[in-house]
Amino acid sequence: MVDDLYQEIIIDHSKRPRNCHAMADANRKAEGYNPLCGDELKLYIKIENDIVKDVSWVGTGCAISTASASLMTESVKGKSREEALKLLEKFHDQLTTDTPVTQELGKLVVFCGVRDYPARVKCATLAWHTLKSALTSSGEPVVSTE
Amino acid sequence: MSALTSVISAGFDVDKVREDFPVLKQRIHGKPLVYLDSAATAQKPFAVIDAIRKFHEVDCANIHRGVHELSQRSTAAYEETRSKAKRFLNARAKNELIFVRGTTEGINLVASSWGRKNVKEGDEIVISALEHHSNIVPWQMLCEEKGAKLRVIPMDDRGELLLEEYEKLLGPRTRMVAVGHVSNALGTINPVRQIIEMAHRAGALALIDGAQAAHHLKIDVQALDADFYTFSGHKVIGPTGIGILYGKARLLNAMPPYQGGGDMIKSVTFEKTIYADLPYKFEAGTPNIAGGIGLGAAFDYVTRIGLDNIAAYEHELLVYGTEALSRIPGLRILGTAREKAAVLSFVIEGIHPHDIGTVLDRQGIAVRTGHHCAQPVMERLGVPATTRASLAFYNTAAEIDALAAGLGKVKEIFS
Repeated sequence: MVDDLYQEIIIDHSKRPRNCHAMADANRKAEGYNPLCGDELKLYIKIENDIVKDVSWVGTGCAISTASASLMTESVKGKSREEALKLLEKFHDQLTTDTPVTQELGKLVVFCGVRDYPARVKCATLAWHTLKSALTSSGEPVVSTE
Repeated sequence: MSALTSVISAGFDVDKVREDFPVLKQRIHGKPLVYLDSAATAQKPFAVIDAIRKFHEVDCANIHRGVHELSQRSTAAYEETRSKAKRFLNARAKNELIFVRGTTEGINLVASSWGRKNVKEGDEIVISALEHHSNIVPWQMLCEEKGAKLRVIPMDDRGELLLEEYEKLLGPRTRMVAVGHVSNALGTINPVRQIIEMAHRAGALALIDGAQAAHHLKIDVQALDADFYTFSGHKVIGPTGIGILYGKARLLNAMPPYQGGGDMIKSVTFEKTIYADLPYKFEAGTPNIAGGIGLGAAFDYVTRIGLDNIAAYEHELLVYGTEALSRIPGLRILGTAREKAAVLSFVIEGIHPHDIGTVLDRQGIAVRTGHHCAQPVMERLGVPATTRASLAFYNTAAEIDALAAGLGKVKEIFS
């Protein structure tokens, strides 16, 4: 059922995205772009002593990509760089492979429904790809899901 | 519905037509398929599928090569499609029809072969705000290479081109006017006859991108006085990978070859190659023979149903669909040109087209979502993307009702 994809928490975050604003004192930035959908997002991170002190984003996209960006920022705030990257890996695995769904993802588990919608995986992972580039590259990289 | 009934009584029987399209008889996610994406690619009737199958089962050989029976059969069948294309477009001569991979290649062929020879620094190419990327990028590449300028005919909020602005763009440096016959994103039918006439008055040539027109309108390249006209087979219920470029013989003869290789030559030595005459000069290498033969079957099928019948029926479907969608609160149809093909592009306030597309898909309804390879159109209308339902003569009023009901479900989820 399509309702498995659009669970309440996804609808909620797509309508009221959290941390959705620019950040003047960010020290890491990255841009993500999904050329197929036209989804765009700009990610701002303030990192101190290798800890993600603050993270925010602005952008446009579908309900899945908006909710994913919103929940991603909530999930990585306060985590170390390494922890954030590990979470990213788990998230990506859960969405793109047949590994049994674990509860380690916390709230992010709602995105596992995307597995049944291969065309929409990119929507759910755009914010995370952008996070990876912000955390692993210097400068202001632009990532594309193509 | 009375208009639909009258079209049906005039000899068009959609239920009978649907029997010819096997793909339509399936269920998607447990629901009957409602295929509303014919502007992306049209479905194929048994006649086309069988022609391709027969070629591979019975006649398969390379063309223009062997003296053996199979090669002769293949050649005859492939070349017969060229004759059918000539009749389909009402071209003067068979050698004015060039087989290409599709509209994109047709445009690239002209931009590359004609353009490189004839466009100089400071010259101008005119396109329109409605163009598909395939009628933008090849010209942009040419302009960049030559130091020429790309000018764009603007459009109004309905999606109609502003001809008085177009008039102002024309000048002594205009070399080519390249516009679409029908907009893929909005359905606008452009007044191409007038556009071509204005181009000619300015001393420019005109190329028409017919990708969205060839299966909906009767095309007469002589009446239009088009210099070039190109379309893809797969949108005319033929196979993918094959299309037609029409060009006036006088122009094609003066153009250099597009690609070099076998079949496009008269003789080859290491010192000099003599090119073949039209149309082979532009057809290097073994072509998509099966595709060409399938396209011939598609021409036959469309001709048998009658383009006038198709156009009348699709217009009634468009009217019915426009009314049905207009009743949905928060839905806005983009593209309200007075002359319009059966395309319904729309946005729903607060709901992204990709979410609409996914929810509709789960109800068996196939629509296109995104920018439709026409990003400048989206930008002009101030939307990142739309949902597009594009209709064909095998669609029914009941399928439009299913779309409206599906959109009800979309609104329920995102309300």
